[in-house]
Amino acid sequence: MKNRYLKNVATLKLNSDQCRGCGRCFEVCPHNVFIIEDRKSVILDKDRCMECGACVKNCPFNAIEVKPGVGCAYAIIMGWLTGTEPSCDCSGGSGDNCC
Amino acid sequence: MEISSRELKIIQTSAELTFNDILGTWKARWGINRMNFKVEPGLYSVGKPDSNSPVLVSANYKMSFDSLRKELMEVNAWILVLDTKGVNVWCAAGKGTFGTQELLNRMAIVQLEKVVSHRTVIVPQLGAPGISAHEVTKFSGFKVVYGPVRAKDLQEFLKSGMKATAEMRRVKFTAYDRLVLTPIELVGTSKVSLMIFGVLFLLNLLGLGPFGIVDFYAYIGAVIIGCVLTPVLLPWIPGSPFAWKGWLLGFIWAVTVNILNGWTAVPQYSILRALGYIFILPPVSAYLAMNFTGSSTFTSFSGVLKEMRKAVPMIIILIVVGILLVLVDSFI
Repeated sequence: MKNRYLKNVATLKLNSDQCRGCGRCFEVCPHNVFIIEDRKSVILDKDRCMECGACVKNCPFNAIEVKPGVGCAYAIIMGWLTGTEPSCDCSGGSGDNCC
Repeated sequence: MEISSRELKIIQTSAELTFNDILGTWKARWGINRMNFKVEPGLYSVGKPDSNSPVLVSANYKMSFDSLRKELMEVNAWILVLDTKGVNVWCAAGKGTFGTQELLNRMAIVQLEKVVSHRTVIVPQLGAPGISAHEVTKFSGFKVVYGPVRAKDLQEFLKSGMKATAEMRRVKFTAYDRLVLTPIELVGTSKVSLMIFGVLFLLNLLGLGPFGIVDFYAYIGAVIIGCVLTPVLLPWIPGSPFAWKGWLLGFIWAVTVNILNGWTAVPQYSILRALGYIFILPPVSAYLAMNFTGSSTFTSFSGVLKEMRKAVPMIIILIVVGILLVLVDSFI
């Protein structure tokens, strides 16, 4: 069984004009979102994207955009309660969930 | 004038895990000493590496370091441990502590260019959200090769001339992967659970009860469903939002609790109480299941936010209504 999450939410964008087809995004993506076709990267399945930002960070040509963030409900609740950006920071307290 | 050079500091380690290493991992899974389960950052040797041996980059969370070195039986390699404040590679990469800056600094501190003659470092693929491979090359001359997601594929990766198969590049999240993450979820709820039991005990003393063994196991069941059962059964439960998956199993549980208590056959088992369980138990499971998004390997920030905008208000409303029903039932 495949793990799938909500559809049509990922903020991933690929600008093919800037892409030189180096294949780094294809290499670093943990969910096989990209495929290289005719020496250009193409988004194969955007709904698999978890917005980790690995592709953006490793694209030498700035062809990819995503709003990276933690997909963690607990972090978002803490962000709401403390009025800060949700961050993956479970180091405080008794060892709550996430990383 | 003499130019003094710093001494190379290399720490020897091995591919064998001791009983204490394994015990440490087990404890961390249960949240014991988890935030201080660290190794010293720096350069380690496994086997008898020389200047041609590969350099594997890791985090200073001891569970990460151990799961790497135990896969290096009969391999001669260097392990470059970054200071990630005791956090695993993937999470630290997300936070940026497993990052370009720290990698460049650590390579300079250990004087990697003096230890090896080649100019390649193997970074675990899940470190990529923090590392900009082309920047590392630009500033250090070292080429970054992304290794497989799982350390157990490393030997094959090295043998095939540092080529990862598509399979090695993909993150998995098997039932077992999910199961080992559940103890920490349970431990995380224990404080709140004790507080709830305390409140119920006080209500009993005030004569607003009685809350007894049925309430106890009904609640514990809802917690286990949210923290363990929903995560383990995750892909098989219909629907996408985690909160929904938890709610669904919690609903089945609430109905089960009522049936076990003789509803609808026993007249003294009131409809208000039965409804109270149906209102309260599923959202408890839903909330805990929703928090498992943080442990999962495939949920996006945008997705979790979308799920929560609906789920959180629903959870609050259902629980408040349920509590009112149970309290009214206690009064009449």
